[in-house]
Amino acid sequence: MGNLVEIDNLTFYRGERVIYDNISLTIEKGKTTAIMGPSGIGKTTLLRLIGGQLRPDSGDIRFKGESIPAMNRRTLFKARRQMSMLFQSGALFTDMTVFDNVAFPLREHTKLSEDLIRTMVLMKLQAVGLRGAADLMPSELSGGMARRAALARAISLDPDLIMYDEPFAGQDPISMGVLVKLIKGLNDALNLTSVVVTHDVTEVMTIADYIYILAEQRIIGEGTPEQIRQSESPLVQQFLQGQADGPVPFHFPAQSLENALLGGA
Amino acid sequence: MESLINLGSRTLGKASALGRAFLMLMGAIVARPQPLKNTPLVINQIYVVGVQSLLIILVSGLFIGMVMGLQGYTILVSYGAEGSLGPMVALSLLRELGPVVTALLFAGRAGSALTAEIGLMKATEQLSSLEMMAVDPLRRIVAPRFWAGMISMPLLAIIFSAVGILGGHLVGVDWLGVDSGTYWSVMQATVDFDKDIMNGVIKSILFAMVCTWIAIFKGYDAIPTSEGISKATTQTVVYSSLAVLGLDFVLTALMFGIE
Repeated sequence: MGNLVEIDNLTFYRGERVIYDNISLTIEKGKTTAIMGPSGIGKTTLLRLIGGQLRPDSGDIRFKGESIPAMNRRTLFKARRQMSMLFQSGALFTDMTVFDNVAFPLREHTKLSEDLIRTMVLMKLQAVGLRGAADLMPSELSGGMARRAALARAISLDPDLIMYDEPFAGQDPISMGVLVKLIKGLNDALNLTSVVVTHDVTEVMTIADYIYILAEQRIIGEGTPEQIRQSESPLVQQFLQGQADGPVPFHFPAQSLENALLGGA
Repeated sequence: MESLINLGSRTLGKASALGRAFLMLMGAIVARPQPLKNTPLVINQIYVVGVQSLLIILVSGLFIGMVMGLQGYTILVSYGAEGSLGPMVALSLLRELGPVVTALLFAGRAGSALTAEIGLMKATEQLSSLEMMAVDPLRRIVAPRFWAGMISMPLLAIIFSAVGILGGHLVGVDWLGVDSGTYWSVMQATVDFDKDIMNGVIKSILFAMVCTWIAIFKGYDAIPTSEGISKATTQTVVYSSLAVLGLDFVLTALMFGIE
């Protein structure tokens, strides 16, 4: 099928801190790729790099074979119409109804008639099960519903690539199940390519075709869910099983306890 | 040595903020105009920043005019010059108080709201999501608010002055007994359209630019946390007020200074 996104030898610093040290990964067309890792290692940063909101310090990111960091504003905006991103907070426009939120990208980027836009929006809302909530304001939605509405908006232009930023964070089991089903269903029905950034191991194992595990500025494990489960890397196993201590230490690096307590330098 | 380093880094910080502010403004206003798409957005924002500021402008204008009428009368009457009350009220309002007080009220009423709104949009990732939808937030969010401020504030300043002159009439003529004909006719004879009214309008256009620019930049550049937004909102009001008062002196010196 080929790769939709290719990342080569990417290095990225935030200030002095190294976020990524020379990582490479590919996202295959039509598949659901999961990127997992402990919180705070910059998984969201990776999505922003793919979306061109941040520029890497070195290395290349290619979307459909075109280098994202090398694009100028116009071509970048053109490329972004083919990708969309579901933000952790949903990021719905709080001054518009759910309907207008979903219609927003259509009204901005197409010259379709209002009738046609209405039909398309209602279809997208039907797909996420929120057609009845079209006239509500975002503040009237629950967290799970807001994320589904944002998902409807994200697919309104029928993108090729959709990036989910922590879609399961802070969801109750039912909305989690709904989201898992939607991500999988949409990926298959719309022939999308999905990238899911998350640390919810069990959910992602059921929907991902391929998994990358990021930690310590690099990729510590990759493979199909089955290969990941069989992995012998202690780091990967610590992450999958949620052990408190292991290669990723429980203690933040510090001088030894004896020294700290006894005041020795 | 430490303080020298601090001074240097603060100066650099301010300079780069100024640079970012210029880039933001350029990105927002120097763009291919899309009148069909943008006009409704600007009109909507004129309602929010302009029309909704009307009440505070009307009330403040009325009271400032009334105070001027009262103060002016008590001073002028001791020289028997209460006939000059009209031009005194009108000139103070048109040249100074109208543009300046409107700008100060605008910074507090609309500027702070603009900063908080844009800052919150940033904090809730709405600006990021616009970017990812290939919509430039500078053109969609920042530009309409800037133009709305530029259009609203001069109009508000004119309304302020007009209401103030009526307030002066209310106190000076209706209450203290200055002759109504004198109030208006001496005002008409003294106030010059170009020198007084137009200079006041020019002032308020410049104040509008400064206030709106500071407000949207502070929101756009805010650190996206509740603390950052509260700081940005405060800075908007403080910086706008100081900028308006400082700029007012410079403009007054240029417009009405010794010729």
